[in-house]
Amino acid sequence: MSYNKPLPKIDPVNQGFWDNAKAGKLSVQNCKACGDKRYPASPVCPKCLSSDQEWVTVSGKGTLESWVDFHRAYWDGFKGDLPYRVCLVKLAEGPVMVSNLVGPSDNAKVGAAVAVVFDAVTEDVTLPKFKMV
Amino acid sequence: MQSLKNAAAVIGVGNTAYGNFPHIDEYGLAAEAFRNAVNDCGIDKNEIDGLVVCRIPYYARMGEVLGLDPRWTLTLPPHGRMSGIGIIEAATALAAGHCKYVALMYANIGRSRRVNYGGDESPGVWDPFGFTSPGAAHAMAFQRHMQLYGTTTRQLAEVSVAIRHHACLNPDAVMQKPISIDDHENARFITAPLRLLDYCLINDGAVCMILTTADRAKDFKKKPVMISGFGGQESFTRSSISNFDMDFWHPAVKSAGEQAYGMAGVGHADIDGLMCYDNFSPTVLFSLEGLGFCKQGESGSFVEGGTLKLGNKLPVNTDGGHLSNSYMQGWALNVEAVRQLRGECGARQIPDCEVVQYVQATPCTRSIIYTRG
Ligand SMILES: [Zn+2]
Repeated sequence: MSYNKPLPKIDPVNQGFWDNAKAGKLSVQNCKACGDKRYPASPVCPKCLSSDQEWVTVSGKGTLESWVDFHRAYWDGFKGDLPYRVCLVKLAEGPVMVSNLVGPSDNAKVGAAVAVVFDAVTEDVTLPKFKMV
Repeated sequence: MQSLKNAAAVIGVGNTAYGNFPHIDEYGLAAEAFRNAVNDCGIDKNEIDGLVVCRIPYYARMGEVLGLDPRWTLTLPPHGRMSGIGIIEAATALAAGHCKYVALMYANIGRSRRVNYGGDESPGVWDPFGFTSPGAAHAMAFQRHMQLYGTTTRQLAEVSVAIRHHACLNPDAVMQKPISIDDHENARFITAPLRLLDYCLINDGAVCMILTTADRAKDFKKKPVMISGFGGQESFTRSSISNFDMDFWHPAVKSAGEQAYGMAGVGHADIDGLMCYDNFSPTVLFSLEGLGFCKQGESGSFVEGGTLKLGNKLPVNTDGGHLSNSYMQGWALNVEAVRQLRGECGARQIPDCEVVQYVQATPCTRSIIYTRG
């Protein structure tokens, strides 16, 4: 069966992130001028306005900052997953990401340690998700 | 900013009925609200030389429908945070002499056109994870509040219960059946921890406000309501997670509130009623904390026991708010502030109402303080 959930809209600014994810690496955008790190990517550094940006691999470790359980599917592709859990993760390197919390998470609490796992949902796209550690 | 204290006043307000009107578009709804506001103050509509439109497709068509060629126009996007911006900008434009009389128009046809506020209608960077809709963002914020401060969903229920109580006192409100804390707890989850009764309505309707300068405001049917203070603060730097703030917009609401209190020269004890943007019930808790009605993290215990109900410590959203009156994205709450200060609210009237505050805790946070003219 074909994958019927939304896929990322890949563009020149975020291409590196999805290339890295496909290779099993979690990355954030890094400003070569001032070292500011962020996700999602920006065409210029919001701190110093430099255009000189790169993708750097991060540890994939972070802390759980919050979560929400969807009991409604806004896309048909999620109907079979209800309820599914979306998490907010603060990476050890600073940036904050939204993703899915997969695997057992009954002991979820703010500040809990999480780590990235990769879900190759199509031939081209791998989604970085998180699990409790 | 101090020179803008009481510089502008609301002289007329009007709205349509609220409901499901598939046969009428934004222009038709807005025109009806405009006619009601014109009749409310008795202005010659051709005197109106300023126009603010929000969630209306084309400002010039609106002018055509109303027969107006204003000197000054402002168009606002259809986001639930533009009412405070529009009213403050109109007051400022009046004080600057850009125009003499401003009509502010808002219309929403989201109910009859089945707007969902999520999924492909509002694409975002987190869609691949199924994270969509403003409600989910507020659920994530409230989950965090529960975790950090021990706030409970029964405490959250106090918000929906009090506001529904007010809707039941307002014959024009969409929802007319009282709810209890247990009803809230038994409602179905949409995005847990939020349930159906934590979500605002989606309905059609329109609102109009007519503003002028303080000196001109004395010439109309009813006593003017003064715009005595206002403040604002945006939170844009982490807006890729839309409708979410890691700190519950606390710094922004605090700042906007302090600006408004300082300009109006009033404090918390002077506020007779609070009109609080209630897109989702947690926003009310975050607003109470940001404004300083209670300390950060203590809104859960603050609202326990019906604090927000008419007759108790701080009546909030006496018209029934977005949760139970009408989803007019802040505009109807500002109209309610005016009606309370005029003493027009019947069974839901706040006794001796002299000062009413409006607040919207959103990525564009605004607060406005209205007083009797
Ligand atoms: Zn930089």
